Amino acid sequence: MSILLDERTRVIIQGFTGDKGTFHAKEMIAYGTNVVGGVTPGKGESTHLGKPVFNTVKEAVEATNATATLILVPAPYCADAIMEAADAGIRLIVTITDGVPAQDMMQVKRYLYRYPKERRSIMVGPNGAGVISAGKAMMGIMPGHIYAPGPVGLVTRSGTLGYEAAAQMNALGIGQTTSVGIGGDPINGSSFVDHLALFEKDPETEAVMIIGEIGGPQEADAAMFVKHNMSKPVIGYVAGLTAPKGRRMGHAGAIISAFGDTAAEKAEIMRSAGLIVAASPAELGSTMKEVLARKRSRRVMVPQ
Amino acid sequence: MDIHEYQAKELLAGFGLPVPRGGVAYSAEQAVYRAAEIGGDRWVVKAQIHAGARGKAGGIRLCTSDVEVRQAARELLGSTLVTVQTGSDGLPVHRVLVEQAVPVDREAYVGLVLDRKRERIVVVAHPHGGMEIEEIAQREPEAILREVIEPAVGMQPFQARELAFGIGIPPGQVNQAVAAILGAYRAFRDLDATMVEINPLVVTKAGHVLVLDVKMSFDDNALFRRPNVAELRDYAQEDPREAEAAEHGLNYVGLDGDIGCIINGAGLAMATMDMIKHAGGEPANFLDIGGGASPDRVAIAFRLVLSDANVRAILVNVFAGINRCDWVAQGVIQAVRENDVRVPLVVRLAGTNVEEGKRMLRDSGLPIITADTLAQAAERVVQARDKARAA
Repeated sequence: MSILLDERTRVIIQGFTGDKGTFHAKEMIAYGTNVVGGVTPGKGESTHLGKPVFNTVKEAVEATNATATLILVPAPYCADAIMEAADAGIRLIVTITDGVPAQDMMQVKRYLYRYPKERRSIMVGPNGAGVISAGKAMMGIMPGHIYAPGPVGLVTRSGTLGYEAAAQMNALGIGQTTSVGIGGDPINGSSFVDHLALFEKDPETEAVMIIGEIGGPQEADAAMFVKHNMSKPVIGYVAGLTAPKGRRMGHAGAIISAFGDTAAEKAEIMRSAGLIVAASPAELGSTMKEVLARKRSRRVMVPQ
Repeated sequence: MDIHEYQAKELLAGFGLPVPRGGVAYSAEQAVYRAAEIGGDRWVVKAQIHAGARGKAGGIRLCTSDVEVRQAARELLGSTLVTVQTGSDGLPVHRVLVEQAVPVDREAYVGLVLDRKRERIVVVAHPHGGMEIEEIAQREPEAILREVIEPAVGMQPFQARELAFGIGIPPGQVNQAVAAILGAYRAFRDLDATMVEINPLVVTKAGHVLVLDVKMSFDDNALFRRPNVAELRDYAQEDPREAEAAEHGLNYVGLDGDIGCIINGAGLAMATMDMIKHAGGEPANFLDIGGGASPDRVAIAFRLVLSDANVRAILVNVFAGINRCDWVAQGVIQAVRENDVRVPLVVRLAGTNVEEGKRMLRDSGLPIITADTLAQAAERVVQARDKARAA
């Protein structure tokens, strides 16, 4: 199994007919994703890449029964696109767009909470690589070929550092169930905690890796969640040891502005909550290998 | 993006906040003219830089005559002010704010921030002004008052009232303080700020509430819809390399080390710098050339990194996702040929078409050291730096 997404998930793309939408839709379809159409206001009733185009998300959902959307619209229109998807009943909203204003995200988050839990959307992003369930389907901009099916759940803020982690694991023969890029912005659609909870329930996921960054409370929240709610081993890493206080390191959310924001402090919080913290970003794969080996040998020794 | 104090005061005055009479000056003569305009017999001349703690560094002068105003402005303008917040290089003073000096009865702290945990705007207040909020948070965290604002309805008057009474504003001035706090909230929302810090908010001896000093920062991602804020940008307060990088859509942050870094993606950039430190080196910069890593971006990146005289070696680390390693290799080769690269260069490529990319680097005839893994890349660049230092 996987979390969030598999080969049956019916996916639409908002911003379908633009250059980016076209490029990534092709990649997603080639990977096996069940893309059932797209939305570009004003281009309804046409087709693109052999799939129907709709003017609104509501029309797209009615016609295709889509349950997931990938949003590739420019930052100024992104919040609107997310809320449109939520209102149309889409369950999984993945947003790649970089540069969404923080106060737009503040409103988006409140808007998502207006729906009762059973019909509330899960949002991933913005400013992340998206979601991939290895060997099944992908919604995002990641290179699909670097992921392989396997037992690890992966959640990262950063796109390319997530690729690095997957590549290190694959070099050691360790694949992934699902990899989620929650994004580098100050306010994310979903957090480490949201995905840790899903991985804990997923029978195929044996261990989870979370890779954070300087800035914000999410890594500490994740550590507390692991301590109190997770039975599966969780490996952590926090990038940004050399980042000076008060300087934004690329990502809008990667800035040390408060106590507990530094990489060292977050790593310590993770460690004290029982996570296995990789000694360096070059040891993400090898740390996971050891953890899986230990877990498996224990399983053999303890009869069910 | 940060702005100057005088700019923040002008913006906030537009939202009804009471600020001292004053104006900006670019020259000593203009400062004297400002003082005459303001009237009275006591003024403060305040150096305008994008950093706090100016008072202790001599950047704020109290003057009681136009001769003193001229003298203060002359000394400050053109100087470099080093405060505990600027770093050792300090920041250049090109503008001063001349204001009426007012006798103060009481000082308090009011700050508005975008709280990442609550995902809402939070207004923080404390009965003692003048101190840094971090300092207050450490010394007496229980005395900090907080109001969490619901985005849909905005800040309510009762919330501002609770804060005003809580920080000890006398009953006769509470309505003025409430209007100021509500105005600051509206400014925060309407201008896409990420921080408004009124420190201190004062009650004058004459019984007026006044914003004596204020810092404002804005969400870079929202500047597209706030042209009146975007135009307040002062490039003189920024590292020229960072400003040039921003112009080209790159992210550069200068640091103190000697290993130049060119990496795609902010997270991978930070992790690569961690790895350099792990291997015994110190990064000279953070530089994210973006997911695409196109040849022209690589070329600009080399120019930026090479313009730092401290750089003794360069590490390029690109994980090609949607782009291809051969394309990145082509960009690196072109950039090395066009720029006079006199320091050792280590290149690590990974991802799509990696073998082809490595072959191109090998066949280029350029003295490029290649690496296969992140660990190897960091080790090799630190070794190369050590060799370059020894030579």
